[in-house]
Amino acid sequence: MKRLFIELIRAPLSAQFGMAVILLYILVALFAPVLAPFGETEVVGDGFAPWGGQFLLGTDNLGRDMFSRLVFGARNTLGIAFLTTVLAFLLGGTCGLVAAIKGGWVDQGLSRVVDILMAIPQLIFALLILSVVGTTATSLVLVIALLDATRVFRLARAVAMTVVVQDFVEAARLRGEGLWWLVTREVLPNAAAPLIAEFGLRFCFVFLFISALSFLGLGIQPPTADWGSMVRDNAVLITFGDVSPLLPALAVALITVSVNFVVDWMLHKSSGLKEC
Amino acid sequence: MSDNNNKITQALQNGMLHRRDFLKYSMAAGMVGAAFSMGLPINAFAQEATPKAGGVLRLGLAGASTTDSYDPGSWSDTFTFVGFSAVYNTLAEIAVDGTAIPELAESWSASSDAKVWTFKLRQGVQFHNGKSLTAEDVVASFNHHLGEGSTSAAKTVLGDVAKVRADGNDSVVFELHAGNADFAYVVADYHVAVMPSKDGVADWRAGVGTGGYVLKSFEPGVRMVLERNPNYWKPGRAHFASAELIGIADGAARINALVTGQVDVINKVDLKTVALLKRNPNLVIEETKGAQHYTFPMLCDSQEFRNNDIRMAMKHGIDRDALLGTVLHGYGMVGNDHPIQPGSRFLNTALEQRKYDPDKARFYLKQAGVDSFKIRLQASDAAYAGAVDASVMFKEQARKAGIDIDVVREPADGYFSNVWNKQPFTSSFWYSSLTADRMFSIGYAKGAAWNESHWDNPRFNQLLNAARGEMNDPLRREMYNEMQQICRDDSGAIVPLFASSVAARSNRVAHGGQTAPYGELDGLRVIERWWQA
Amino acid sequence: MKSLFKLLLQRLALGVLSLFAVSVIIFLAVGMLPGDVAQAMLGQSATAQTVAAFRAQLGLDLPPLTRFGQWIWHFLQGDLGTSLANQRPIAELVGARLGNTLSLAALAALVSVPLALFLGMLAALYRNSWFDRLLNTSALSAVSFPEFFVAYLLILYFSVKLSWFPSISNLAPDASFGEVLERSVLPVATLSLVVIAQMMRMTRASLINLLASPYIEMARLKGISQSRIIFKHALPNALAPIVNVVALNLAYLVVGVVVVEVVFVYPGLGQLLVDSVAKRDIPVVQACSLIFAATYVLLNTLADVLSIASNPRLMHPKG
Repeated sequence: MKRLFIELIRAPLSAQFGMAVILLYILVALFAPVLAPFGETEVVGDGFAPWGGQFLLGTDNLGRDMFSRLVFGARNTLGIAFLTTVLAFLLGGTCGLVAAIKGGWVDQGLSRVVDILMAIPQLIFALLILSVVGTTATSLVLVIALLDATRVFRLARAVAMTVVVQDFVEAARLRGEGLWWLVTREVLPNAAAPLIAEFGLRFCFVFLFISALSFLGLGIQPPTADWGSMVRDNAVLITFGDVSPLLPALAVALITVSVNFVVDWMLHKSSGLKEC
Repeated sequence: MSDNNNKITQALQNGMLHRRDFLKYSMAAGMVGAAFSMGLPINAFAQEATPKAGGVLRLGLAGASTTDSYDPGSWSDTFTFVGFSAVYNTLAEIAVDGTAIPELAESWSASSDAKVWTFKLRQGVQFHNGKSLTAEDVVASFNHHLGEGSTSAAKTVLGDVAKVRADGNDSVVFELHAGNADFAYVVADYHVAVMPSKDGVADWRAGVGTGGYVLKSFEPGVRMVLERNPNYWKPGRAHFASAELIGIADGAARINALVTGQVDVINKVDLKTVALLKRNPNLVIEETKGAQHYTFPMLCDSQEFRNNDIRMAMKHGIDRDALLGTVLHGYGMVGNDHPIQPGSRFLNTALEQRKYDPDKARFYLKQAGVDSFKIRLQASDAAYAGAVDASVMFKEQARKAGIDIDVVREPADGYFSNVWNKQPFTSSFWYSSLTADRMFSIGYAKGAAWNESHWDNPRFNQLLNAARGEMNDPLRREMYNEMQQICRDDSGAIVPLFASSVAARSNRVAHGGQTAPYGELDGLRVIERWWQA
Repeated sequence: MKSLFKLLLQRLALGVLSLFAVSVIIFLAVGMLPGDVAQAMLGQSATAQTVAAFRAQLGLDLPPLTRFGQWIWHFLQGDLGTSLANQRPIAELVGARLGNTLSLAALAALVSVPLALFLGMLAALYRNSWFDRLLNTSALSAVSFPEFFVAYLLILYFSVKLSWFPSISNLAPDASFGEVLERSVLPVATLSLVVIAQMMRMTRASLINLLASPYIEMARLKGISQSRIIFKHALPNALAPIVNVVALNLAYLVVGVVVVEVVFVYPGLGQLLVDSVAKRDIPVVQACSLIFAATYVLLNTLADVLSIASNPRLMHPKG
């Protein structure tokens, strides 16, 4: 515990900043109902009320409190993105590691399936599946997780490939350890660093992907507050120099940059490169 | 048919009439000269007495799709409506005052029971390929939409037509299943564009019409380029030398294109930006009132809504004024639970406006023998932008009346084939119809394919049939008045709002001051009616 | 060299198999969508009669297997068929748009790839300086805004306020090259901002990774200048991961630009695909999807071959 603390103190400013932001977001997401002065979908005043006064950041087009929606948006957007990324890593990571360890037809089969899935444009694939099953939060999470899992699979397999040829894995194999042991005890610990880095990037891509889907009308559905559709709903106002669509966009940008700062630092630590 | 003779004279003087209009407007502009030097926008008034010829009209339109086709039966949105309305003519045209006036037909007459209609064709009209217009072309163009194998969206509209035949070279006779006093309005529908006939079949693939503009190129979903038809038969129309229609699906992109001067006119302006756009002195907002109306259909044959007391409770549980302000930003009018738009010829002006009244709603619930009512509303923005927002607001309003609405958002894709007209409670919209008869016949008559509330009221159906064949206007008005009242108090449709269609133009283009009351962009005729300023 | 050729053939064969699988999946997926082209085209104005007539006219009443068989038979003969929605030949519909999509992707690649590599090398050269941090942070910020947002901001400043470039990029078929360039500036800028970050970061990371290796240490001890070390010694060995990321981003420039097409009204393939999915126009969806899938497969294969060719150890495997 103490060591971790020292690590954090020693971390570069950018990583400390990133971690502070992430922590803040998590707190906001967890305590959204307490922090938000109004309800998520509650119409509390006229549309486009100005900043300050009763409504800290004004109201949106339907007269809902902007600040409250931003706060609830943190919960919905972060929650969905986090869940999706975790699922993608569970699915893609496990398959990737298993493919690398098992090799042979398991590897061939899984790799071909992933190749095919990756050859279909992500957005179109999402469009098709979401049109079939309907756009609910659950289907959104599952579809994006499946799509992202293919990318995770490729990385996990590639990294695990370099690990499985090493002697200690061979030794474990000869000892007669089972597949589960090989995955969790031998390969995973040695392939963790790049996977963690990828987790950060994937997490951000999920954000952006959801907002692109929202743009095409397939993202998280109203009246649920999420940052992607909040930007989308009011984006037309940018032309008139109105800054309100900037707020949710900034919220997305801030978390993306922060996560990447932290990821950079972790990568740097694990690479053992002293100089940079 | 003295009435029709009037209309013919009117049409013959069409150019004249317009010019008189301009005179009127320029006088108005002169009188307020002092005010206008004080900073009033110039463009509020027509600036010129006569339309200027030449120039290019560039339209940035929503409602273009890469799947758009030349086939008139498939036209389903603004881009094809507006573009092809410049390429083709119809037998009759809707004037800016909302009446049907002759276009390719020079005159028409009906039998006393309004069952047989004869249209006399204008002489000397040529298609863009030089072919002369004959009765055979008109017959083929109508048959394109009729018959067993028709895939036309206009098939229902023309449902009355039993037979179309040529009578000599310059007359076309329509035999109807039942009398229809409004048949002239039916043949003004943009779908029944007159195309040249080739071996008795309408040749829609050629893109050749009799209209003011010749089709130069058409890339579905992207652009359509039109050039003025030098031989256009209609006087005082088609002023631009050419027109370019550009499909712009994104609302923000349309506004940007207008503000930066890349297009002259856009449609479907995002309502939340109208107030901001108005600040731009170079732009003018064009509002077509009552262009469409929104409905919440309740299926009268469903378990939930069988009892009219329940339907009446629902109709009193919605705050129309609040919806008008929030969903439409004021660009519309409140509805009165019948589909006849304000300003319509047969509007029942004596009918009292229904108000938001939670107590009355509770009273009707009690009458139905329940204390509270729970219902699922399956809404989708496929109906109109803001349908889900409107539903969510309805939910909040109805709660005060003891009505618990559970709003379920349905995917826009496939909404009209899978949810609407099938589920007990949905959201829907209609383009307002030219005539009361058409609106009631397609949306409220017993057994009509799009009777979206499965409503069946014997008195209403009887009146509808009687009024359709009635050539006496005061008698007809009486019947329509009663039908609106029945509709308001018994039908399964909640009609909360009439929405305006809001377009915007740059002051580089101008028009005669008055635009058509139905259909966006001057009754879809913007290309041939407007001119460069 | 021979092994490389064999690998190439093997990959291409697998690619063709993938394309076949993709076409099956797309056909099944579109078939599973609620409604068909008849209902989608007629929308709210559909009646049972017109829908049935529509289906019969287009042969939609045939069993799915027959329709797929017919489609693939014609496809193999080079006939893409006609659109179900507007009866136009698909080759014509797709042709012009494919040209637009490719030229936009090419322009964006011409701008972004050299810029990303150059900036990545500079960042590696001056690593941990303020310059490096600034570059890194701005690249990350650019990539973390949604694409359409970046596009709207560019339009606000360069089109609405400064009127330097048009806000919509709809290309006339007879547009001159200069006009094409002018109209492509903002979409290219948007796309470049989106793709530069990843390529730049990968360049920087793989260069820095190599800088820690003993042979670079050796070169440094020999007194070779820093920039020479990077260009001569590190870059060739860092090429493999860079080429991979570049290939992925190029594929994205072709395949993933629907949003940019919508905002700039650019007539590319993406919009056609989205519209056709909405209208259930299966043959058009198939044609577009296969073009996209083929782009991905080709670029991926190219990247693999290049990274093997650039690596002597992989070119001449032991044993």
